[in-house]
Amino acid sequence: MSSAIEVKSAAKTNPNINLTLPDSAEKEGSLKTKFSIKNLSAWFGNQQAIRAISMDISEKQVTAIIGPSGCGKSTFIRCLNRMHELVPGTQVEGLVKFDGYNIYDKGVDPVLLRRRVGMVFQKPNPFPTMSVRENVLAGLKLTKSEQIKRAPETVERALQQAALWREVRDRLDEPGAGLSGGQQQRLCIARALAVEPDVLLMDEPCSALDPIATARIEDLIHGLAESYTIIIVTHNMQQAARVSNRTAFFLLGELVEFGKTNQLFTAPKDKRTEDYITGKFG
Amino acid sequence: MRRTEKSKRATSFRERLVEFGLLGSGVLSIFTTVAILTVLAFETVGFFQEVTFAEFFGDTQWTPLFSDKHFGIWPLIGGTFLTSLIAVAVALPLGLLAAVYLSEFARESVRKAVKPALEVLAGVPTIVYGYFALVFITPLLQKFIPGLAGFNALSPGIVMGIMIIPMISSLSEDALHAVPATLKEGSYALGAGRLATIFRVTIPSAFSGIVASVILATSRAIGETMIVAIAAGQQPRLTLDPRVPIETMTAYIVQISLGDTPTGTIEYKTIFVVGASLFAITFVMNILSQRIARRFRGKI
Amino acid sequence: MSHSTLRRKLAERSFIGLCIAAVALPLIILIVLMVDVGIDSIDRLNWSFLSSYPSRKAEEAGIRPGLVGSVYLIALTAAMALPIGVGAAVYLEEYAKRGWLANLIEINLANLAGVPSIIYGLLGLKLFVRTIGLGRGLLAGACTMALLILPIVILASREALRTVPLSIREGAYALGATRWQTVSQVVLPVAFPGILTGAILSVSRAIGEAAPLIVVGALAYIAFLPDGINSPFTVLPIQIFNWVSRPQREFLDNAAAGIVVLLVTMLLLNGLAIYLRNRLQKRRYW
Repeated sequence: MSSAIEVKSAAKTNPNINLTLPDSAEKEGSLKTKFSIKNLSAWFGNQQAIRAISMDISEKQVTAIIGPSGCGKSTFIRCLNRMHELVPGTQVEGLVKFDGYNIYDKGVDPVLLRRRVGMVFQKPNPFPTMSVRENVLAGLKLTKSEQIKRAPETVERALQQAALWREVRDRLDEPGAGLSGGQQQRLCIARALAVEPDVLLMDEPCSALDPIATARIEDLIHGLAESYTIIIVTHNMQQAARVSNRTAFFLLGELVEFGKTNQLFTAPKDKRTEDYITGKFG
Repeated sequence: MRRTEKSKRATSFRERLVEFGLLGSGVLSIFTTVAILTVLAFETVGFFQEVTFAEFFGDTQWTPLFSDKHFGIWPLIGGTFLTSLIAVAVALPLGLLAAVYLSEFARESVRKAVKPALEVLAGVPTIVYGYFALVFITPLLQKFIPGLAGFNALSPGIVMGIMIIPMISSLSEDALHAVPATLKEGSYALGAGRLATIFRVTIPSAFSGIVASVILATSRAIGETMIVAIAAGQQPRLTLDPRVPIETMTAYIVQISLGDTPTGTIEYKTIFVVGASLFAITFVMNILSQRIARRFRGKI
Repeated sequence: MSHSTLRRKLAERSFIGLCIAAVALPLIILIVLMVDVGIDSIDRLNWSFLSSYPSRKAEEAGIRPGLVGSVYLIALTAAMALPIGVGAAVYLEEYAKRGWLANLIEINLANLAGVPSIIYGLLGLKLFVRTIGLGRGLLAGACTMALLILPIVILASREALRTVPLSIREGAYALGATRWQTVSQVVLPVAFPGILTGAILSVSRAIGEAAPLIVVGALAYIAFLPDGINSPFTVLPIQIFNWVSRPQREFLDNAAAGIVVLLVTMLLLNGLAIYLRNRLQKRRYW
């Protein structure tokens, strides 16, 4: 990685003391914590984008991040797979434990982290020179994974999981960018799933799609939550309410409230959350 | 993540190696500059061990190939500047008018057709222009200008002027284009017409950008070789008469290179000392042009 | 309409007329040039002109060594300049967007682009011909030309790389690709048509260059084809220069014919660049 990026690792964790059990006082049932975030701050140059965020994200749940634009929600999830630092002049401070390890530890290779924490972007971005099949396998090919030996199975599995298989099974060798917008986005989901990550970060995945395509992606998210931890950024509150188990509300770079989705939307504890979900601003 | 520790180290080593290689490619361009400076400096030092500075800058004759050798650089510099000035005298009015037309009057469709057509002028190989100057322009001019020699500064100068028109027109157009619309509107609001606005507001505001383009084009004409080597002659002389044969710095280097000049002879060293002078002149002009252009962009 | 308004309109009209004349004049001259060369060349332009060697008799002389020499030289030049140029462009665009070294390279490239081509000839003569000892052969000429076109190749490649959207790169990084994996397998394939076009255009510029090669020592009169990378050689523009410089009038027509061959070669290369770009771009959808 380029040395231009400065990663301030505030807290040094000992990797031997790992798998600290989540304090179940606040947890429902026996869900394992996937991400444990403590005092996470991030900057673009001198501009602070998020301020001292602390939250625990549970495994195999859908966690929605909502808030008005510019509140730092995208920056936040981009800190979870260390994509934020790819932009020159950025800084990150704080602690992000993934399965108990601090991902900002010196010894951690962000490239390997990203293979376990996949990401889907606002605008579908299939690789323009690749076919549907090549797009799905891109992650395996790029990273020279052993899994490439089982390519046909992987293609089918990932496309099935992304609910795209039936539509493209006969068009696997056509350009991936020739699909419709919604199909492209599902192709990008399939591409992310093909590398078998633990977590899927979704950065407003439906913002460029029409309502029908959006509905399909939302259905898909429900299904995927059985096997993946999903963190979805959206500025669409209805969407958050529809797809997520838990919701976090961000405002001006701060975490205002985080709780069960039902509860957050029906009985918000914070006045600002209430103002936002009742449409007083944003 | 620990189980992948080993493969990670292998990848990051490869990554480093690739980055190093790519960096090397970039650094090669720096090496080129250093090599140019070193080569020119090395032979120039050798030259000045045999010829004094006083003679080089004081003498008004350049005759290294005669038995009565003189090493005064001025005739070559004079010839170079004479042809370049003629070129600029042709290119500046035409290029600037073209720029004004393209930026202020032409419809978008016309602009899209004319710009690449003008660019073709800069893409024609200079050997072709040289042929044109010698075979077409010179005989044509001889009909009107009595005493115009077969080799002269005028004809290659004019042709070089045609060649550098696109440099002036495209860079000046950019400069004119960068003048904020509010300035022009301010002028219109005062009741000024289109022409008055162009001459009193637009061109003065873009002036430094236009100057930068002219300096760059001049530097290009100074370094141009084949046109003058073909059509200007091989007689270094200090004159302002555009009708007689002269020799430019570049043409001199070509003349010597065509002969068989062994390493270490004074003739061999002269092409490097002339090259060093040429490099110094164009380098200063390029830097000057860049400076002015940058200041212009900062101001607008 | 008042008198002064009328006068202003008239002045404006005539000024626009002047502007149009200024645009038209150079283009007319360009056409005259082409027609003149075409007429002069017509007697000489035939198959035997392409397949013959230079001769003391103008009507028997041909351009074969120049044509073959140009092709060899350009192939060698491209083989050296393209990988290095694309590599440098990738470094500047994908690796070192900031930093003092990138800045230094940047400033340096801007200055190199303004160095007269004949200076590169002096560099090639001293460095490749004498110091490294390649002699006055094809390889020395190609090395010189490679350094000459390098800044242009880098510039064109950078422009092509800049057209690749950031989202494509992020998509690759998010899959766990390293920087080089992203660049080599995702970014470069997308930028390829643009890079190729730029490369062909830079190379076609090199075909017309004579000055640096004269200094490096390409010979003007050659009656054989190059038989190795260190073989003496000539190229089209130098052969043309040789004919133009002859005192005998009849060789000028050979020069004109040579110019037609040179221009057609360049035109073919430019056409190829446009064709390839259109064809390759058809394969992508955004």
